This record gives sequence, structure tokens and C-alpha cells, in this order.
Amino acid sequence: MIRRFLVSYLPLAAVLIFSGCAKNDPGSSGYDAPIGADGQKLMVYNVGNGAEPQDLDPQVVTGVPESNLLMSLFEGLVTPDPKTLDPVPGMAESWELSDDGLVYTFHLRENAKWSNGERIFAEDFVQSYKRMLTPVFAAEYSYLLWFVVGAEDYNRGKLEDYSKVGFKALDERTLQVTLNNPTPFFLRILATHYSWYPVPLKVIAQFGSLTDKSTRWTQPGNFVSNGPFQLKDWLPNQRIVMERNPHYWDAETVKLDQIRFYPTEDISSEERTFRTGQLDKTNELPNAKVDAYRKNYPESLRIEPYLGIYYYRLNVTRPPLDDKRVRKALALAIDRDSLVRNVTRGGQDPAYAVSYPGTAGYTARAQLTGDLAEAKRLLAEAGFPNGENWPHVELLYNTSENHRAIAEAIQQMWRTNLGINVQLTNQEWKVYLDSQDNQDYWVQRAGWIADYVDPNVFLEIWTTGNLNNDTGWSNAEYDQLAAAALKAKNDNDRYEIYQQMDAILVDELPVIPIYYYKRVYAMNPKVKGYWPTLLDNHPVKYIYIEEEPEPAAESE
Amino acid sequence: MFRFIARRLLQTIPVLWFIVTATFFMIRFVPGGPFTAEKAVTPEILRNLEAHYGLDKPLYEQYFDYMGNLLFHGDLGPSFKYASRTVNEIIADKLPVSIELGAISLGIALFFGLILGVIAAVKRNSFFDYLASSVAMIGICVPTFVLGPILVLFFAIHLGWFNASGWYTNIDRVLPSATLGMVYAAYVARLTRGGMLEVLNQDYIRTARAKGASEFRVIFRHALRGGILPVISFLGPAIAGILTGSFVIETIFQIPGLGREFVNSAFNRDYTLVLGTVILYASLIVILNLIVDVVQVWLNPKLKFE
Repeated sequence: MIRRFLVSYLPLAAVLIFSGCAKNDPGSSGYDAPIGADGQKLMVYNVGNGAEPQDLDPQVVTGVPESNLLMSLFEGLVTPDPKTLDPVPGMAESWELSDDGLVYTFHLRENAKWSNGERIFAEDFVQSYKRMLTPVFAAEYSYLLWFVVGAEDYNRGKLEDYSKVGFKALDERTLQVTLNNPTPFFLRILATHYSWYPVPLKVIAQFGSLTDKSTRWTQPGNFVSNGPFQLKDWLPNQRIVMERNPHYWDAETVKLDQIRFYPTEDISSEERTFRTGQLDKTNELPNAKVDAYRKNYPESLRIEPYLGIYYYRLNVTRPPLDDKRVRKALALAIDRDSLVRNVTRGGQDPAYAVSYPGTAGYTARAQLTGDLAEAKRLLAEAGFPNGENWPHVELLYNTSENHRAIAEAIQQMWRTNLGINVQLTNQEWKVYLDSQDNQDYWVQRAGWIADYVDPNVFLEIWTTGNLNNDTGWSNAEYDQLAAAALKAKNDNDRYEIYQQMDAILVDELPVIPIYYYKRVYAMNPKVKGYWPTLLDNHPVKYIYIEEEPEPAAESE
Repeated sequence: MFRFIARRLLQTIPVLWFIVTATFFMIRFVPGGPFTAEKAVTPEILRNLEAHYGLDKPLYEQYFDYMGNLLFHGDLGPSFKYASRTVNEIIADKLPVSIELGAISLGIALFFGLILGVIAAVKRNSFFDYLASSVAMIGICVPTFVLGPILVLFFAIHLGWFNASGWYTNIDRVLPSATLGMVYAAYVARLTRGGMLEVLNQDYIRTARAKGASEFRVIFRHALRGGILPVISFLGPAIAGILTGSFVIETIFQIPGLGREFVNSAFNRDYTLVLGTVILYASLIVILNLIVDVVQVWLNPKLKFE
């Protein structure tokens, strides 16, 4: 009896006792701070970075963890302002745009150099983009270069002659890029997306064919880059260490001696690592910890706008979702305020339009409006009064606690408000993506995170034939507007077109907007030179660590 | 004995062949592939990607290519997820870490498990027995994903003696090894207790005592040799499991071991890495079971090689 009692309750008691004691000032005691050659403690920034990166070749990788690493290692023609992400001079010290808005002429710095000290010429950019567009190289992000004349055809293998693509080196330091359309957000893509970085072709060639993805040029010792930092060490699944690049043109601005990126797949473990002071910044924070941080460590809690939207995709080819009234009824019957307040709880904003509000100065005027009565009326008109005759419909999400909680809440809202029953189905990530690709779903939870700051990222995906549309929805007027937007002379004209596109979306509702993302993570307040930005990009050359003065007598 | 080992090794060949073949085809039938991503790529790029890795060839041809490279070059192929790394490199890189973690944990498991088990058996139905059995029961019942974070909260965050995660210095080995070792120690203790109890009633123990052997000698020289047999049978598969890495421990403590690669490779549909780790795991189990059989015959005179 006693034994059984002990066995059942001892672990519980241990949990309670230990977790009760576990309080510590996050971010005290640095982690293994190395000493430099001059005997001074090096300034090191320890960052949790999510998954282990695929690779460090900017033309091979596709993910967010990779993006964070590459932003520190490389620099494009222009680079993002640390507060606004607006393009400011990078490898190019200046540029001009032709009157028709099609031809950009970039003037490279004289001291634009690789981390091995060699100079960077305009031809390096031309040849880097050639590698990116070479069909057999199969770069997954190559479509971000398709704004340039001939790039899409060359990439698809329809054009053989690269000299017909709109990249020209006019001389050593002058690069000319010719676009298909004025594309007013072109420089913003260049500033924030790694697909536009130059790569050190001479170095890559030493380790194999330029179009071979699996060579060893990205290993420490071989790796050469052109950004504020260079690769020092890469222990897979352990950490990536970068140190200052002495050949960087703006090396004076760089304050950190080292950045260490730690792969942190397990966010609970990451949070504990932050609390011992090993990490200065986490990649994420478990939802369950947000309230505890609000109370105990508000100075470390960061909740920031993040340019992305959480939505439900509707398969408009399957009844009853082929009926616009049904889609609207479903969209209206979701209480978004309650959802973000009670379920997601990370400070998210409810979404009533597809475009993220305030993206490069654009906010959709058309919003999803209507009350429950209207939702019921629309559903009845469509032939399902009070949910009668409602057919089998499933809501698909990828397996995750958070998505399940949201799906359950919405399932309940639909049941209570409309009297309809929707079944929940979860699938492992790649199976779920496969169902999406094959349009094998009714309602699918999804999200979209912007690659650059412009409303175009949220609107272009719903055009006919866009590979990420996957709803079966197609609207000729919408497609024409999307094409016209790229040809617009200025942002005002363009944004007016986007207003019409957003209006069509909230009327037709191939997707149900649910909430706008927030980034929730923990950061030690001693990290300075860091500003919240919409893409969660934080140019590392401005970041520094402000150490508190050492206390006179140290108490352990 | 030599013939026994040779015959058993020959028997493993069809077993391993079946495992490799079944894995090769099963992973291909799972929906989604290595290049299925949230942001879709054009069909042209996808085709080129597949051609890059030879995935455009008919499946049987890929199978023969793979088996050819495996048998004649020992080449497990490139990783699909980690573009610049091969499966051989990843295993060579990660296996030693898992072996180190496993070896320390096994040491802890055997040391504490045997002591607890022997005490429990010798002092049967006493306070010590209940205490030892309770500790063992807790070890079995508390999963590592609970024990690990508790140890971290107390020893790393509260007391500040250790890092919460990482695998850089010797001190980083303590918490993960203790967590993993504790679970195995619990099993070892229970098996040792059971084995010892069975043996302690046997005639040869009474004989040993009658001949005037000291209690220490009776227990550790005569009884333990028989009492440990169930532990030996358990150790075969346990060592294989512990050496190929524990996904949970490696994830909780951010250890760059093979267990994480094994599980993540399946999520990433990294076909070659899945196959490589399965082949390694299967071979280890087969070989360790063989070693266990040999050791058991050596320890137990009643058994013979046949």
C-alpha cells in the first residue's frame, strides 16, 4: 500500500517541489564567453535559431533559419535599414532608375570585397544570377529573379542565350538590371531576400561544378562570403559560429565579435537554455510560457508584429464550398476576437482581410463585415437552413497542438452559430502538404509569411495558376488586376488596384482570413541595436551587447 | 563456437536484406517527398531537382543503384535535406556522440541497477528492498521527457551547476547521461532482483555457504553470475537502442547525436538518411543479439552452442 502510494505520488511531488524552486534571473551569467587575443572578453551574441540549416549556400536553401544565418554572412546590392527594412546602400553605393521604371543601374563600391580579400565586380553578380537561373541547378527560389527580362524563360529552359537575360556588367563597377515591368517593390526584395545575394563563384568552382548542389564549399575553412560576418565554425545540430569579416566595407559599424547560432528545434528546451543565460535570444517561446513571462520577466518578453497571415483555405471545387454564400457564412461565423484572446493568446490581431494592414503603407479598405444573422441567412439561402442537409466536410490541419486548439474552437463556433458539423483531420506536415498540392481537402488551415515587405506577397498567390493558390478558385478580373498592378507607374496607382483585389477576396472568400501573426520570443534586455521589424529581420551589424558594470563583490 | 557464430552471421544476411528493401520501398510510398515544401516550386524546377538526385529514374532502377553503391562502395548516398553532406558523413559525425552518451548512461545504469537489484534481493522484503524497488519503479514510470526537464530546472536553472543544454564540455555530459541512465538503471535493478531471487534459493548457493564461503563471495562470485542472466538478455537490444541514440534525450538537451537525425530524417523524407540509419540500427541489433547469445553460453554452463 505504502509502496503503491509512493510510486504514484513521488514523481508528482518531485515535479511540484522542483518547479517551485526554479526561479532565476534570466540572462544572468554569460555562457562560455571567450577571451580575445588582447585578453579582452569578446562580445558574443548567442541566438536560438530554430531548425538546423539545410546548407549555407544562398542559392540552395529555402528556410527561415537559413535566412537568419545568410543575412549575417552575405550582403546584396542594397541592404535593409535596421528599423524600417527600407533599402539602403549595400554592395552598391548608389543606383539610378530609368524614367520608364524598367532599368536599374547599380554602382558598386570600390571596396566591395569577399571575405578572402578579393574584390567583387559587377560581373560577379551577373554570373551569380546565371547560376541561380540555370535549369539543371534547380534553385527553388529562382522565381524571385523572374522580374528580370528573360529570367523566367532562361530558368524554364526556353531561352538558351544568357546574354539575352536582363543582367549586364557595363564595367567593373556598374551593373545594369532590366525588368519586365516597373515592379516598384523590386529594391525591397533585393534588400531582404537572400536569393539576390552574390556567391563566390571562384571559390565554388574549386570544389566542383558550379551547378552541383552537393559540394563542400559551404564547409568552414572553405566558405567565403561578403557580409559583415564570416563563417568560423559549423558543428551540425550543435552550433554555427561567425566572426567579424575584416574585409567588409562597413566593418567599422560592426560591434559584435562573434555570433553563435544554436539550432533549437525543441522550444521548451530553448526556453530553459535562455533562463540559464546561455542564449541571449530565443527563436520562439512556448504559448504556455507567455503568461509566466508577462508576470515574472516582462523585460525579456517580446511580442512583435510579423508580416504573415493565418487563414483557412477553402477548396471551391467541392460542394458545398463551391457556393460563395456558404464560404461567407463560414467566414462570418468565426469570432476572431474570442479566438485570439482565449486560444492563441500571443497578442495576435484578428484578420478581416487578406492583406496585412500597414504593409509598406497599404491597408485594405474592404473588410469582411456582417453579423451572425447574415451568416445564418446566407447558409439558409444556400440550402442549409440551421445547418440542415449539411454534407460531410473536413477541416484539415497539420499535426500540432496550436493548430488543433484553433481548429477545435472554430469547429465549435460553426456548430453553435450555424448548426453545422465539420470533422477535424490532422496529418503529418508533408502528408498535409501533399493533400494541399493535390487539392485533396475541404477546408485547410494555412499560413503565409511574406518574403519581402509589399502587399503583392499576399495578393499574387490567389491568381489563376499560381502554384500556391491550391483552392481551385479562379477569377478573370482578379488576374487582370494583378497583371495591371505590376505595370502601375507609382505606388498610389498600384495600391488602388490592390484595394480592388482585396475587395474581390473578401467578397469571394477562397480563403478565410483568421488572424495576423505576431512573433513571440524572449530576448535579454542587454541586447541593443535591435528593432522590431515586420519580417523579423534584424541586421546584425548594428546589434551589440551592453554588459552591466561588474558588481564589486560577486556572490554565488 | 566458431561455426555457431559463422552460421548466425550468415543468417543475418537475408534479414538485413529484407529490412533494407522493405524500408526502401515503404518510405517511397509515404505521401510527400524530400522536396515537398510550403512554398511550391514550378514543375520544371521540381523535375530538375529530382533529376539532380536521380529520383526521376524508375523506382527499381533507383533500388539497384542504391544497393550497388551500398554493397560495392559502402556508399549510403547524399542527404536530400542537408545539401552539402553525405549520409556516411552524418553517421560518422553523429554516431560517436550517441555512443558516448550511451556508454556513460549504460555505466550509470549497470552500476546503480546492479547494486540496487542485489540489495533488494539479499534484503528481501526489508525496508531496503521496498526503497530500492520504489526507486526502480519510479525510474521506469517517469518518462525521460519529464525527468530531463526536472533535472534541468533544479540543477541547471535553480542551482546553476550545469548548462541547460549543449554538448561541449565534460560537465555537459552529466545531466543527459543521468536522465538516460536512470531509466535503464531501473530496468537493470528489477531484472537483477528477479534473477538473484531465483538463484539464491538454489542448491549450489547452499553448498557454497556450507563450504564456508563468505557472504560477499557467495553473492558476488556465485549468485550474481547466475542472477545476471536476465540482465544480459535485456542488454542486447538495450545497447543497440542506447547506442543509436535517444531522440528524446538528444532533443531535450540539444545533443548532436544520431537519434535526432533518425527521427527527423523520416519527417524530412530524407530517403537516404532514413535508410542509412535503419541499416545501422538493424545491423547493431543483429550483432548485439549474437554477442548476447555467446555471452550467455559462456556464463551459463547449462547452455551449449548449437
